[in-house]
Formats: sequence, structure tokens, C-alpha cells
Amino acid sequence: MTEKNMNPANNSAADGVAPLSKVQQKVAVSLNRRHRHEKLFKGVGLVASLISLLLVAILFINIFSKGLPAFWQSAITLEIYFDPEIIKISDKPVQRADETDNAFRQRDIEWQSEVGMINFNRLIVEGLNKVLPDANQYRRDVQRIVTSGERFAMRQLVIDNPAIIGQTKTLNLLTDANIDVWLKGNIDRSLPDAQQQLSPKVREWVEMLSEQGIIKNRFSFALFMNADSRSSLASAGLAGAFMGSLYMMLVVLFLAVPMGVAAAIYLEEFAPKNKITDLVEVNINNLAAVPSIVFGLLGAAVFIGWFNLPISAPIVGGLVLSLMTLPTVIIATRSTLKAIPPSIRQAALGLGASKMQATFHHVLPLAIPGILTGAILGVAQALGEAAPLLLIGMKSFVAQVPSGPFEQATALPVQIFLWQGNELRNFFEARTSAAIIVLLALMLTLNGLAIWLRKKYENRW
Amino acid sequence: MNMPGNPIILTEQDVTMADPAMTVNQTNSSDKIKMTARDVKVFYGANQAIHGVNMDIIENEVIAFIGPSGCGKSTFLRCLNRMNDTIDICRVTGSIKMDGRDIYDPSLDVVQLRAQVGMVFQKPNPFPKSIYENIAYGPRLHGLASRKSELDDVVESSLRRAGLWNEVKDRLDQPGTGLSGGQQQRLCIARSIAVSPDVILMDEPCSALDPIATSIIEELIDELKQNFTIVIVTHNMQQAARVSDRTAFFHLGDLIEIGATNEVFTNPQHKRTEDYITGRYG
Repeated sequence: MTEKNMNPANNSAADGVAPLSKVQQKVAVSLNRRHRHEKLFKGVGLVASLISLLLVAILFINIFSKGLPAFWQSAITLEIYFDPEIIKISDKPVQRADETDNAFRQRDIEWQSEVGMINFNRLIVEGLNKVLPDANQYRRDVQRIVTSGERFAMRQLVIDNPAIIGQTKTLNLLTDANIDVWLKGNIDRSLPDAQQQLSPKVREWVEMLSEQGIIKNRFSFALFMNADSRSSLASAGLAGAFMGSLYMMLVVLFLAVPMGVAAAIYLEEFAPKNKITDLVEVNINNLAAVPSIVFGLLGAAVFIGWFNLPISAPIVGGLVLSLMTLPTVIIATRSTLKAIPPSIRQAALGLGASKMQATFHHVLPLAIPGILTGAILGVAQALGEAAPLLLIGMKSFVAQVPSGPFEQATALPVQIFLWQGNELRNFFEARTSAAIIVLLALMLTLNGLAIWLRKKYENRW
Repeated sequence: MNMPGNPIILTEQDVTMADPAMTVNQTNSSDKIKMTARDVKVFYGANQAIHGVNMDIIENEVIAFIGPSGCGKSTFLRCLNRMNDTIDICRVTGSIKMDGRDIYDPSLDVVQLRAQVGMVFQKPNPFPKSIYENIAYGPRLHGLASRKSELDDVVESSLRRAGLWNEVKDRLDQPGTGLSGGQQQRLCIARSIAVSPDVILMDEPCSALDPIATSIIEELIDELKQNFTIVIVTHNMQQAARVSDRTAFFHLGDLIEIGATNEVFTNPQHKRTEDYITGRYG
């Protein structure tokens, strides 16, 4: 526009100053427009940032407000008398000199199942009798106070230390999930009895015991120590899913990271540039864009179908997630290697280093922070992945903490999915959010580690 | 100005002067010839960067390659230690011999060649390691020092010869990248002489340095020629005139003229050389 005004035709009539100022005016007008656009763009950008921040804040507030209370759980403090009249078991077996290990183990298992037959319910009811004067009239109600999983905790006490028989111990036992929900106020108390999970008597007792301080909110170790549970909801924990995720992360760490880094180094530094490497590169980039659930199908078909690896095992999950993480690691490593100045390679080659020496002595050490960042972010991405695990059976209910990568397990994100679907909504809503907090904390730790490592190695020079 | 896009019309004079016999016969019979290049052509893919260069490089001389940008002087320099091997699309034909041995012989290990023909690059490129490690890397790589004390000696003598010892002797464990530009370049020179090469190639070693650092490097080159054969590519004609014994003028991939430096600068045989030297283009 301004160029048009430079035209001599426009200038001819003017005295030399006026047309110039006219040009300046036009410039001023266009400047105004530009400033307006700039302001508008800045405003839009600011609003967009604020909205996204707000959404993140809402998410976090929602998760934390729901999840944090779940880290504390109602527990009842009872004096439990390990009554020898009720506990009638033989002595704990001791290995005899002439006995083989197997024979002893057999005897020990038999003894442990004998301990399992003890009527721990009666021990608990006896304990409750001491704090509830009218307990004998409501035999059914009294059994609903302590969650059923605590019997196993008590069984473990006896197995660990048979000398406990005949003693009185003060134990903190988790209450039933519904009691926890009732005391946290997550149940509409105005509902009629017919719609309440807890009988009127139990509710009355719970209120009373809570006032007396016998039932209190205590830090929920169960959440971290126990595997999932469906019979005793109050003792359902994350340990199984956590260990499953841990084993998978180890598989990914030891499989995808070295393989990805090696592949990236080869492709970037050694591979000849030809059609085949181009094809490989295109494939890797495409692999990074494959929906993760497809990797789950592949895992089910290949690892379980052909290699006959166990269903629901972290080893299969780890393999599937490794496949998924591989392109991420390769791409991150390659872009890091690309960013290393070629002058370093030339310096090494000019001194008579071989290509491999130049790469491993000089390029790779410089690339390590970037490679680590890429690897950890890849692992973190794998940690949060649920979809492919659903297809290899890792969404099944597993009541035990796995002791190795070949045992049945689930994973943290899948556990969140499972708890989210649990029927006892008002108890598991908080539990789900607590699991999300644990997963987020883990992610944050991993990302923090990535940042710390990058800073640490970058600051060296 | 140089117009690389313009077609070059070779004059009769050009053709005669580009004759191999003429350019090669610039050396005296008493000089010992270190490297010989015969009909060297370099192709980048379909583009020909050098059209048949013939040259003899004499032992313990400083020979400067001058010429406008894109004339192929750096490309030719990089043929002398096969640095062009690292470029996939680059192809070299003809023969380059060093002490009578073909350096492009498939049976010759390029690592051996590069230990013998060192290189200093345009931009100082010390390794991001300590000053000591920068110098010690080459000798260690080639197993030139068996003991720590021997290695220490190599590091010290290399730094002394590069005139850097007094400046860095108290901070050998400090990063080499923390030095000034000129010091970094001398570190790179020290690094390449630590493996005791016969020939040192310098690819515009002073183009990134200030005048004072440049003059220090030039003095250094003067001293180094006692022990090494030095091939230096430079854009700076005064520098070529100051440091070199002989000068080769390249233009658009051809070696136009080669001769004693004072001859080339005071009495160029070629119109094009004269034009370049007097600043009519380039």
C-alpha cells in the first residue's frame, strides 16, 4: 500500500512535504492495525494458556481432594486375646536332622494350613465384646465391623510367632469398607434403612466407637502393602499392581533402551545412506504413530500365541511396552546424535580415530544427557500405558503380589481402570484417585530424574 | 566479484598453463618430494568439484592453497588425508601418493594415514575434555606412550611446540573449551602434532581468529616447518604471502598456477591469478 504512494503520480501535485506525511499517515494507520493484531494475538495466547492452566488445576484439585483422604482409613483398636481354647494347633514344625528340605517344607505347609483353619473371627468377636456391651445380642452385626482380610493378617501373626498364643495383643484392624465410607461422610445418612449398606445397630456402634476414639482414621499401610482384593474391599491395595509395573519397567529398561540406543547409533553414525535405511527410517517413524492397543494385539499373538509365554505376566507386558517404546527411544537418540556438532567427529577422525572410536569416545558421551532424557520419557510413557495390557490379560483380578516377572500381575494404570469400575463406588472413587496420585508421583519422579541427569551431565563442562 | 554460476571460457593461456607437466615441474630436483597428486578428480554426486589436479608437495615446506570460495582448495586438502571418505556421495579418482605409497590403496588403513597426516580445522574444535586429555587422546589411541610419565612428556612437548605450555601448564585439568579462540586453535595444533605426523593440513586455521591470535599462529607455522610439512588453505592472501614457501592458486576446481610464493605474488603467470591477487575478484 505504501508503495503505491511512492508513485510520482501521487506526488506531483503536492509540495514535497504533504505527500510524505500522507505516506506516514498510512504507515501510522497500518501500524495501528498491526498493533491491534498483535494485541489480539497476545490476548488469545494468554487466554489459551490460562484455560489450559485452569484445566490442569481443576484436574489436580479434583484428584487430590478425592484421593488424599484415601491414604487414611478407619481402623479399630482392639485387645485381642489369642485364646488357646480357640487356637488348637500343633507346635510349629522344626526341621529334623534326618529330614530332607522337601519333606520339611511339606510339613510346614501342612502346619500353615492348620493355622488357617483357626476361627479368627471368634477372636475378633471376643475382642469386640470387650468394647461393645450388647454385642452378644447382635451376633450377625458384630461380624461386619472388621474387614474379612484382617483374618489373614492375624494368621500371619501366628505363623510368624506361635508364642503369641495365650497372649493379649493390641491390634489396629481395618474396619469394613462401608464403615470407612460412613465415617468419612460419603454416604447419604438420610436414606432409609432398607437402602443403607450398614444395619442400624452397626451404624450406632460405629458412631459410638468413633466418639470413644476406638475407631480412628489411621494411615493406610494396606494401600501400599496389599494386593488387590474383592472379598475384603477395605484391604485392597496397590502393591500387586506396583510390582507388576516395576517388573515391566525393568524389562523395558533392559530391553528397549539398549536396543533403541544401539539401533539409533547404527542408523545415525554407521549405516550407509540408501533405500533400505530410508525404508527403515520411515518404518520407525510410522511405528511411533501406531496406536498402542495394536501393540497389545501383536503381543497377544506373538508372545503368548507363538512363544507360549504366560498370560497376564509382566514379562509379556514388558515386551509389548518395549516394542512401543523402541521408536520413541530411537527417535530421541537419533535427534540427540544429530545435534552433536560434526566438528567433534572430524577432530577425532582427523587424529586417526576409527569411526567407532570417534563415536564411542566423543560423540556418545556428549549425547548421553539427551539419550537419558529420551529413554526416561519413553519409560514414563510406557509406565502410563494401559490399553495394550488389556489385550494380554493384565486386566484380570490378581490377589497376590507377584514375586517375579513370569507371575500373574496387573499394572498401575490397569488397576486404576479396574478400581474405577468397582461396584462400591463411594469407597473406590477415593481409592482410584489415590492410585492416580501414586502413578503421577511415580511419573513426576521419573521426569525429575530425567531433568536431574540432563543437568548433571550438561554441567560437566 | 566471483560468479560461480558463470561459464568459464578457457583462454589459450589457461589451457597451456594447466598442463600437468608445467604445474608439476615447479620443484627443484634437490627437494625431497613428500606427496604427489596426479590427475585428482573429485565428484560430489554428479557434480565435479575438482577437474584433475597435479601437484607435488615437498618435505618440510609450507604450501598455501589460495583461491576464491568454492574453488576446490579445501576439497583437495581433504583428499590428502582422505577426510572426504566421511562424505557418502564424495568420489575421488586419480592417484595421491605419500612417500611413494598410494594413499587410496584399499589395503592401506585410513587410520594409519591420518596418524601420518594430521589436520587442523577452520573452527577450533577441541574435545569437551580437559586440556591434558585433548593432547593425550591421539598418542593413547595409537599406543605411542606406554607409561603415564611418557604420556606426560608427549603432552608437555606438544604444548611447548605449539607455544601453549606456559599459558596452560597450571590448568591442564581444565576444559579445553574454556580457552580463548586462539589458544583453542593452538591446542588443536598441539593435539595433531602429539601423534608426530609427517604432514599437517590446515584448513583456514585463522579465519575464526583475531589478528593477534592469527599472528601467533603464523609464527607457530614458521617454527613447525622445521619438523613438519604444512599444507595450509587460506582466504587471506597476505597470510599466504607471509607464511608459505610455495603457493597454489585454485579456481573453479582447477589448479591454475603453482610456484614459489614470491613469484606467484609478484609475477603471476596467469591473468586469472593476477586478477585474484590484485583483488579484481574473489
